[in-house]
Formats: sequence, structure tokens, C-alpha cells
Amino acid sequence: MLRFILAGIALLFSCTLTLAQDRAMQDILQEQAALIMESSRTSIAPAIAAIADSGLPQAQVVLQTWQAKKMWRRVADGVFFRVEKAEDGNYTLIDLDSGEQAGSAKKSDIDQIKPNSGIRALLGSALVQFQLQDPDPRRRWAALTSIQRNPAADLLAPLRASIPMEDDPELKAMKQRAERLLTIAYDPDESSRIAAIDQMSRDIGVDVRATLNPLLETRLAVFAGEPPSDVNIASRLEPGEQITAIAAYDILVAADMGPPRIAPDAIRSALAEHIQGGFVGGVPVHQLDSQPARSRAYAALAAEGLVPPEPTPDAMAETLARHSFLRLFAEPSPAVTDAALKAMRSIDLRVGLNRTLDLFLDGMSLASIYFLAAIGLAITFGVMGVINMAHGEFIMMGAYTGYVVQQVVPDHTLSILLSIPLAFAVTFAAGVALERLVIRWLYNRPLETLLATFGVSIALQQLAKNVFGTQARPLTAPGWLDGAWVLNDVVSISYIRIAIFVLAGVFLAIYLYIMRRTRLGLETRAVTQNPAMAASMGINPNRVNMLTFGLGSGIAGVAGVAIGLFAKVTSELGSEYIVQSFMTVVVGGVGNIWGTLAGAGMIGFLQKGIEWFNPSNTLAAQTFMIIFIIIFIQFRPRGIVALRGRAAGD
Amino acid sequence: MNFLNPAMTGALLAAGLTTPAFAAPDCPIKVGVLHSLSGTMAISETTLKDTMLMLIEQQNEKGGLLGCELEAAVVDPASDWPLFAEKARELLTVQEVDVIFGNWTSVSRKSVLPVIEELNGLLFYPVQYEGEESSRNVFYTGAAPNQQAIPATDYFLDEIGVEKFALLGTDYVYPRTTNNILESYLKSKGVADGDIFVNYTPFGHSDWSKIVADVVALGADGKKVGVISTINGDANIGFYKELAAAGISADDIPVVAFSVGEEELSGLDTSNLVGHLAAWNYFQSADSDANTAFIDAWKAKMGEDRVTNDPMEAHYIGFNMWVNAVEEAGTTDVDAVRSAMYGQEFPNLTGGTAVMLPNHHLAKPVLIGEIQADGQFDIVSQTAEVPGDAWTDFLPESAVLTSDWKDLGCGMYNTETKTCVQTLSNY
Amino acid sequence: MPHGFLMRHPSTIIFVLLLALFTVAVTVLSEGLGIGVISTSLVKTLGKTLCLALAAIAMDLVWGYAGILSLGHFAFFGLGGYMIGMWLMYERTRDIVVEALADAPIPPTPEEISDAIGNQIFGVVGSSDFPLVWAFADSLFVQLLLVVLVPGLLALAFGWLAFRSRVAGVYLSILTQAMTLALALYLFQNDSGLRGNNGLSGLQNLPGLDHVPQSLVSLWFLWGSALALGMGYLLAAWVVSGKFGSVLRGIRDNEARVRFLGYSVETYKLTIFTVTACMAGIAGALYYPQAGIINPAEIAPIASIYLAVWVAIGGRGRIYGAVIGAAFVSLVSSWFTGGQAPDIPLGFYTVKWVDWWLVVLGLSFVLVTLFAPKGIGGLFDLLSHRFSPDRHGADLGPDQGSLREKEATE
Repeated sequence: MLRFILAGIALLFSCTLTLAQDRAMQDILQEQAALIMESSRTSIAPAIAAIADSGLPQAQVVLQTWQAKKMWRRVADGVFFRVEKAEDGNYTLIDLDSGEQAGSAKKSDIDQIKPNSGIRALLGSALVQFQLQDPDPRRRWAALTSIQRNPAADLLAPLRASIPMEDDPELKAMKQRAERLLTIAYDPDESSRIAAIDQMSRDIGVDVRATLNPLLETRLAVFAGEPPSDVNIASRLEPGEQITAIAAYDILVAADMGPPRIAPDAIRSALAEHIQGGFVGGVPVHQLDSQPARSRAYAALAAEGLVPPEPTPDAMAETLARHSFLRLFAEPSPAVTDAALKAMRSIDLRVGLNRTLDLFLDGMSLASIYFLAAIGLAITFGVMGVINMAHGEFIMMGAYTGYVVQQVVPDHTLSILLSIPLAFAVTFAAGVALERLVIRWLYNRPLETLLATFGVSIALQQLAKNVFGTQARPLTAPGWLDGAWVLNDVVSISYIRIAIFVLAGVFLAIYLYIMRRTRLGLETRAVTQNPAMAASMGINPNRVNMLTFGLGSGIAGVAGVAIGLFAKVTSELGSEYIVQSFMTVVVGGVGNIWGTLAGAGMIGFLQKGIEWFNPSNTLAAQTFMIIFIIIFIQFRPRGIVALRGRAAGD
Repeated sequence: MNFLNPAMTGALLAAGLTTPAFAAPDCPIKVGVLHSLSGTMAISETTLKDTMLMLIEQQNEKGGLLGCELEAAVVDPASDWPLFAEKARELLTVQEVDVIFGNWTSVSRKSVLPVIEELNGLLFYPVQYEGEESSRNVFYTGAAPNQQAIPATDYFLDEIGVEKFALLGTDYVYPRTTNNILESYLKSKGVADGDIFVNYTPFGHSDWSKIVADVVALGADGKKVGVISTINGDANIGFYKELAAAGISADDIPVVAFSVGEEELSGLDTSNLVGHLAAWNYFQSADSDANTAFIDAWKAKMGEDRVTNDPMEAHYIGFNMWVNAVEEAGTTDVDAVRSAMYGQEFPNLTGGTAVMLPNHHLAKPVLIGEIQADGQFDIVSQTAEVPGDAWTDFLPESAVLTSDWKDLGCGMYNTETKTCVQTLSNY
Repeated sequence: MPHGFLMRHPSTIIFVLLLALFTVAVTVLSEGLGIGVISTSLVKTLGKTLCLALAAIAMDLVWGYAGILSLGHFAFFGLGGYMIGMWLMYERTRDIVVEALADAPIPPTPEEISDAIGNQIFGVVGSSDFPLVWAFADSLFVQLLLVVLVPGLLALAFGWLAFRSRVAGVYLSILTQAMTLALALYLFQNDSGLRGNNGLSGLQNLPGLDHVPQSLVSLWFLWGSALALGMGYLLAAWVVSGKFGSVLRGIRDNEARVRFLGYSVETYKLTIFTVTACMAGIAGALYYPQAGIINPAEIAPIASIYLAVWVAIGGRGRIYGAVIGAAFVSLVSSWFTGGQAPDIPLGFYTVKWVDWWLVVLGLSFVLVTLFAPKGIGGLFDLLSHRFSPDRHGADLGPDQGSLREKEATE
């Protein structure tokens, strides 16, 4: 019995084989070779359809091979193969029908077929019917992605069929969601569409909006008199109110329902054509340098019938009054558009709320970057009162330290963990050197400190250019910082930004700890408030100044690593942040870390807020923010959090 | 007070020493190289200076030109735009060069234009630019918008099926003009006003999260979104990083860039950028014998890890055309060489032949490449030679203008009124 | 009175004489009118240097004498350049447009002319409408007035806000730097109507004077710049020699005491801030037609800091110091960055001045601040045997930065 079954299966198998050999994939490919080689999205559809609809079992594999750019063609005879690169540098040819090796070839003997991304998307759509029930979950996932990217009516049926068989819960949820969206867009039954719309009306996903919005797409239409009753009207437009009279008239002209207006250029060229003995329509040519004179001459020409007359304003108004202007839904069913409108209203409200949240997160992130850049300055400038224009260059040094470490230690996680203490050490040393060599001679001359440290800043920047070149260097984040924390399709924030936020918090804590709980903090506060008195209490002001300045610089170095991770490392990295950092400290209030925090918060949120009002121009946001700060300082010269009493000094 | 005198005169003498009081002899033939070797543009322009030195060296090995050695006169305008004008004047009047190869940014070219036109010099400009210009004294060997931006947009429309466009650019003249042209081109293709999103960011912009979020939100009306990027230089790094962080692949929202080439990608982690596009007239990956020879010569001179890029090819074509034109004219006289330039043909590195048109632009093929993980481009589309158009057909004011220095003798000729608007450029 | 003033300040006479001598010498050696030893590009460089020296005098007045370290004076310089540049560009373009449209069969309307000019000027940056700021661009007189008024009014408004709320010292420096940054960023935008990053170009071609060669134009500007510098020097010398100058120095050394003596410190500061801004504006208006192009990169904060660097190296608190500093550093800088300085091979490494000049400049700046606060100008004190008392590194005077009576005779 068993033998019979086996024999039957074998027979069946050989039958399909012979069937396939009757019309092998290679033949189909050869038929479509011209289209395949042309490789253009606009013309490729028949070739893909021929393969997908061939009914051959190898269709799926062939399409996948093609999509993965693994299909090649032998130059000599035009036969298509799947090609794998062999170890000896040659290429192994694999027969597309049998899946068996068919020899090898040199690269010059075969041509790779490179479907562009448009064609790859079409291939993906064609593969959906095969892949939806593929045993490999990754393929099912690829099919779903294809549906999401390019939804189409004919995918609805295979998708529905595949849902009951799906055993992976995540994929099942995805499939159900895709099914709802396809139902909204393509189901012929109106009531099930409306049900699906209602069901999705609380979802703010981009894909939901991308499904609903096309339903609500409108077009301008114009009708002589009243519109017919079978159109789905979105809104009526009254010329002069919702639409300007000129625009409305131009629509009429475009629809061939009225005589065109004559453009000034056309009038001029018409006049130029009808110059007769220095006159046009009785007006001397030299007088035609004004619009009224030209209109008069044109009217005279029109009266002679030489040119088409210009429609008068009265005539235009009369024509407009005889027509009705409408916005019409492309979707014919009013019930569906009503449901979609209602759903979109509810979605829009939610999207608006989420946008605000997203803006808030963006502002927080920017604020934490500014805070991180400014916290070192809050120590050197805020506490010690030293203007260090080279602070930005310390940030840059930190970032370059990170870059160098990454060149030596290829593991990104390890290199970041190493580069944070290293950056601190390098910039700490640089800060101590700067303090010992330059700043300590100038403690009572702040303006000269500013200039001297500026000299250092120029030198350091140029030095960095000489060593690392002017091109931006990458500082790559470790893999676990890739990607973003996604709450929904509107609210998301990248992990790097979260990491910077956390880092800023850590440094705030460190600052508070050092200043309030350690000997160094106590001594620093003492020396800043009264160096002579502190010295007489046995504190060495030189040492304290040196260490404090080093600490501030070191923190700048660590900030540099973070900023480099989030953007890029260039020699100008520091100078981009220096003015903003000083602003942060000054706006917040010198000498108080909470002030710096408030200053960073204000500047960050303000900048994002202005960008939100004017999304197409980021430069304007920065300009307005600086102007705002200048004005703000007029009213609160001591900043948001002003020190009172003795510690405030003068 | 006595000190002032020697201090000032000393400085003056030092600066004035370079002034020769006599005219240069016919040999050697001097070739001016006006590329920034310091400042922000140094990274891009130094490569071109080295390319020129290599080409001049190669020509001298072949026996020079008109029996003379070629000699390079290299100056450094230091990415400082006014300094470009000063150095150009110095090259033409003090060093008395016969031709200048130089400039990268449009503003530096605009700075040099009045000087070159006043002194009747000859400049070869190798970088893709915004068009809307045709100077009697400049040959534009880079791409005009119709040789880069328009074909790339067509590719987006036809091959990827993009329906909604985000035009992101750095805020300067090239992106502004290019986006302006693209906007009116897209509208002529039936793309609605609301489906074009334009955004400008400053040089070196790094905070891209908001803009990337805006671009993603464009997809909310169910249309395929594509980004046309004229973002310049360093700002690209932050932009692509943010795109990758937001989990947007080239299949979701493809980006085609006009200012990102092999040089910009070298030293960048491109694994996240795979599949995004760039449009140029040349890619290093182009398969031709001339290209292989060029790359080999370059690597032999500069090191194995160096790459070649589009402006280098532009200099390669421009230099060879100039050499041929000089040989044809038998002199380095600017007017004679200019007449000999029209119709000059020279093989491209990508195969095919570049032709110098009477509007001082080249006819070149347009290539579109997909970024690969190794920092090279996979060429997915290559057109036939497209003639460069000085005045775009897609802006109403420019559509009526044409440039023909050979027959009309005018770079800004109004075809409607049949008059020459001006023979000098507007700068 | 002027006679007595000059007698009391011999350095002024010497300076004016040297300036006149210099101008005549350059004219005689030039290509335009002389024997052609000095190339036109060098004449332009020298003319520009004179303008920078004028800006440095303004900076010295406000910093060296009044103690306000303004990091915004190069912004005023740039604004002056923009104002004159607008007229130059508009007028040159208008000439071209009118000539081109004159051939048309129908005479153009004023709107058509204006549209065509707008299209020529702004076509480059993808627009064609005239922004509001160009309202007076057709009038040379108004634009010349704006060269003084725009920087002056900006300085007045900013100074009034800042001095009124007693922002002083480093805070003021940072605030002026922020103002400069805001202005530069604003001008970088295309929407600001001044052609964004491209700026205004072709300024060396004077409208209606196409037939005049640049060799001659460059001399005109050299004379103009020399005249402006001479006048500026006299004005500055006169201002600081009188009572006004004494009060300014008083404010620099101890603002509170001057206030307690009953002087309106704010008025003095505001006056000098505004006047010097106007001076800088005039210097800019003479500079940019020689440079040929102005764009926002010119007024980036770094430029204003360089201005302070020149004054510091030249020697602040003395007017000729500012001139020396500006002329010396800017000429030496352009020599080094121009690739003309010979490289120094060290065997293992070749020092290229193009790369290393800025490092040297930055460090020399630190050294000057630390060891020679009087700058190059201090050398003249050595010659005239005027020494400061050696205080062994202690601060000057009983309080921060103030001078003792004997030292304050300058």
C-alpha cells in the first residue's frame, strides 16, 4: 500500500516536472528579456506578471532572486541565472528552474540585473501572494511591509485568506491591521468600510491617516448654474470669499467657460505687432510706458477687431455669478466621506496633542544638549567668573578624543565607555594647563582673559584642522543606541538623545554633589567669595582655582563626546556652541546651576517653539531666539535665577 | 613714531615683491589653479588642486603644449569669497596665466566673474551649479540643473513613483535656485502645490529631528514621499544619522542628493544609507578603461584609499578640451582658444563623448547611483548625453533666454524680443 | 584752537604727514597714474587696509578709551558695506536693464523696469520681487545717509538697551557678540532680502563709469580711504584730547566713581558707542567697493574679534596703535595665508604657513596679552623713554584695572 502511495507521489512529481519542463521559467524570462533588461518601473509590469502568473513553483524564488539583485545574464547566450559569488573570485551560476549548479563564470562574462527600488517594490507586491503564507516568518513580514508600502485592491483577498492560518501573534496583529486598512480603501461593501473606519478612528498611525486622507481628497469643479445632484460635495466656494474672484475666473477660463484675461505681457506683444507709423491704436508709441495708456491702445485695437477684447470687470463678475464653484470629493459615497471626516477629526485632535508632546520632547532634548555644553561653563564662568572663550574648543577636544579612541578600539560600546573618562582626562589636563599658563595671571582683568582665551581658541581650532583635517569625522554610536524610542507614529525620540538627556542629569547630580558635599566644593565656594579670607583659613587658592577650572573643562570634554555622537566631529564644533553656551549661563543667572538649567530649558524650548511656528526656516528661529535673549537680558540682567546677597558680588 | 615707517613699508615691500615689471615670455604656459587650500572649502577643493597638478604633470610627460612646458600657478583664496576676486586679479595681471581652473562655491564664482570679464581671462568651473548664468569667459564643465536635478526628479517620478516631494536644502544660492526650478518643474508635471515641502537649514546644521519628523508626517495623506536633498557638506551627516535613527529606509522614503559624492561618503559609516540615491555625471564605479586608468593614476599619486568624484572628472574633461583647443588655435590667446573650444569633443570617463556647446556648457550623460555599504555607488540609471542648459526652461523669466557665444555672441539672449539682454554676466 | 591742538599732539601731525606721503607714493608707483611698479590688486589691498585701520580706530575709541569691549563693531562695518552695496548693485543693474529694454518696440513701464532689475538681482537666489529694505536703493544720497544711519541707529538702540540696564564688562561683550551672530544669521537667510549667503557682488564696477579702468578706480578709492582715515584720526584725536576723552578714560578705569562725580555715564558711553559705529559704517562703505563682494560671512562674530585682536596687538589706548595693529596684522595675515610665505622644512615635517599661521597668530595674541599689554605701540614708549612703574605683577592701580595718576597722563 505504502509503495503505491509512494509511486503515486513519484508519478505526480514527475508529471509536474514534465509540465514545468514544457514551459520552463527560462522560457518566460527569455520572452520578457527585453523588458527585464530595460529595467524601468514604467514598463516592467508585464514581465513581473508573466512570472508571477506562470503558475510555476519556482516563480517565488525567481522573483526573490531578481529582487535581491542576484539574477545575472550570461552575455554569450542571454541565459538568466541566479549567481553566487564563489570563494575563488569567480561566480557560480545556478539554474533558475532546477536550482542546480550550472558551472561558473568570470565577472566579464555575465551582466548583473539591477532592479531599481521602484521595480523592487513592484516585485515585492507581486511576491505578496506567495509570501503571505510562507513558512518563513521573515518572508511573511516582508509581504506585510510590501502591503503597507503599496496597498492595492487585489491584495485584500489573499490577505484575508491568510489571517486564520497565521500562528505568530505579532504578525497576526499586523495582518489584521493591514486588513482593516485595505477594507477601508478597497472593500466594495459600503457598510463594512464604514465599520472599519469607525474602528480605526482612534488610531493616529501614519498608515491610518494615509488610508483615510485619500478618501477625503477633493478637486475644484465649476458648473454652469447649479451642480448635478449625484456629486459628493465637500464645500461650496463663493468667489471673493473662499476664493479670489481672479482665481475663480482663471478656473473658468481653464475649463473653457469664459473668454481669457489678457496678461500684461500679451498686451505688450500685441501692441508691438500693431505699431503703425509710430502709433498704436491712435496712441503714440513713446506714451506707452504706462499701463493705462497701454490699456487704452489695446481697447482701440480691440474695437478695430485686430485683437481679442479684454474682458471687462463687469463682464467677468457677471460670468462668475452664472457659475457655481465647488470642491468635490473624489470618493462618490457621501456616507463613507462623512465617516472618514468624523474619524479624521478625532484623529487630528489626537495627532495635535501628540505633536505637542513630541515638540516638548524635542525641546527637552535640545535643552539637555545646551545644558551639557554649558555645564562646564557654569563652573568656570558661573562659579569662578573666568571667561573662557576656548571652552568650545575643549568640547571639540573631547569629541576628537572620542574619535581617536574609536579608531583604536573598534568595539563601539567599549570605545564609548573608554572615551568618556579619557575625554575628561584630556580636557582636564588642557584646562589645568590653560589656567596655570594664562588665566591665573589675568584674574583681575576679565576682558583680557576673554581675549587671551580667544587666542587659545583660534590656535586650538587651527591645530585640530591641521591634525584631523577640515572634513567632519564620524563618531559612531554603539548599536544599542541606534534607533528611537517610538511611542507612536508621531511621538518618537532617538536613543542617543535620551542618552544625552540622562548624561545631562548625571552631570547635574555630579555638580551638585561636588559643590555641596565635597571639600573641593566648599573650598571653591570660599575662594570665589573671598580669596584673601579663604587663603587665611588655610586654603590654597591657586590649587583650588586650578582644580575647579580643570573640573569645568573636563566636563566640557565629556559633553564633547555626547555632542559628537549626536551630530558630527569637526574643528568648528565648539564655536557653534560657545555663544549659545554663554547665553545659557547668562540667561539662567551666573553662579547658580539651577539657573543654567532654567536657561538651557528656556533657550531649547524657545528655539523649538519658534521653529514650530516657522517650519521652513531654521535660521530664522536662531535669529529670533538671540534677539529675544538680548531683550530678555534687558529686563532681567541677572538672569532667571538671580543670586541675592553677598554671594552675588558685583 | 619712527617705528611706524619701517613696519609699514616692510609689510608693503613684502606684499609688493611679487610684482614683476615685465611681461612673461611665451614659455612656459602658465595654468592658474584657484582652489581654496585652507578654510571650510579646503577639503573639497584641495582634491581638485591635486587633480589639476596631476593632469598638468601628465601633459608635460606627453611633451607639453605647443612645445612649451605647462606650469601650474597655485594660489590659496582660503575659502574667503572676496579673496577669490583678489587672487584672480593677481593670477591674471601679476602671474599672467593663460587659463584658470578653479572655484567650487557659486558665491566664489560670482566674486571672480567681474574680474575675469574685465581682464578677459578664461575660467574652467568644474562643479555642478544652479545655472542661470553664461559668461563669455567661463566654461562650465559641471552639471547645469537640467543635467542633474531634472533627470533625478524624473527618476523619482517615473522609476520610484514618488508623489510627494520634500526639497531639503542648505540656505544658499544653489539649493534656492535649484529648488525653485524643481518646484516649477514639478508643477508642470502636475504635482500640486501642497505636495511640495521646502525647507532650508543653515550650513553645518545638526538638529534634524524636527525636520525628519516633518518629512515622515508628509506620508499621512497616503502618497509616496521622496526627499530631494541639496544639503551641503557636514550637515548631511546629522541628517542621515537622524533618518537612520527614525528607522526610515530608502524603501520608505528615498533620498536623492546632489551634493553627496564619493569624497563626502569616505570616512562615513554608510551602512545606514544603503539604497539612498545620488545623481551625478560621474561615479567612480563607472565601468570604462579610461576611468580605470584615471583612478589608477590618481591612487598612484595620492594613495590607495583616495576616491575620485564628479568635479574631478569635470576638470579632466575641461583640461583636455582646453589642451586640444590650444593646439587647434596654435596659441593660448583667450579669444582664439574660446572660438576653438566650441564643438570640442572629448571622451567621458563613463563612456561616451562630452561636447562643448556654444553656451559654454557640456553635453554629458546623467548617472543615478544607489549608495552601497562600501561607500561607492551602484549605478542604476544612465542617460544619453544631455546638453547643458544655461537658462532653465522651467522658470518663466529664464525660459525665453538662451546663450550662444558662437553665433549670437551673447550669453543672455532674449528669444522673444530677439535682443541681447547683456553681454556681461549679472553677479 | 586746532593749531594748539595739533601742537600739543605731535603724533597726529606725524601721522597725517605719513599718510599723505604714503598716498602720494602709492599713486606715483601705481599702474593707473604712475610708473606701474605696484599692481592694481596691491593698490586695492592697501586701500582696504586703510579702511580696516579706520575701523580699528573706532574700536580703539570704544575699547581702548571707554573700556567697552564691543564684539559688534565689524557688524557695523559690514552694514555700511551693505548699504553702499545696495546702491551700487541696483544702479549698475538698472543701467543694464534700461539699455536692454530701450531696444524693445514698446517703451517699458516703470514697473517693468523695476521687475526686470529685481529679476536680475534676485534671480540668482530664486526670487524676483524687491524686498522692502531696497526701497531707497535707487538714491545714492539716501543710501550714503544710510551708511551712517543704519549702523548708528542700531548701535543707539542696542547701546541704549544695554547701558540703561547697566550691562557692562564681559556681559556686554557677550551680548554684542550675540547681536553680531544674530545679524549674521539674519543676513544669511535669503528671506532677509539681501541675497543671503551670496551677498552683494560686483561692487567694484561703478555704475556709469564702465569706461574707467579698475587701475584708476582703485586709486580713487585709495584716496577716499586715506582721506577718511585722516579725518577719522583727527576726529578721534580731538575727541580723546578734550574733557570728553578724560571722562571716557575715567569710565574705563572706574565707572562707579565717575557716576558718583555726577557724570551721566550712560550718555557718554552711548555717544561713543554710536559715533564709533558710524565710523565703522563709513569704513565699511569704502572697503567693500574695493573688495568687490560683501556677504554675511564677513560679519560673523570672528571678524569683530579680529578687530579687537588688531587693536590689542597694535596697542590700545593710543590711536596710532590701532592703525599700526590693523595694518600690520592684516597685511601679515594676508601674506602668510596667501601662500607666499616660504614653507619651513623641519626634516620630519614641513611647516606650511597656510596651515600654521592661525596657530601662531592665536598664540602671539596670548603672549601679547600676558607680556606686552601695550602692544606694538608700547615700543614708542621705549623710544620716548616713558616707562610704566614695575609693580612686580600686581594689578594696575588700587582697584581693578585703574591707572595711577602718573600713568594716566597719556
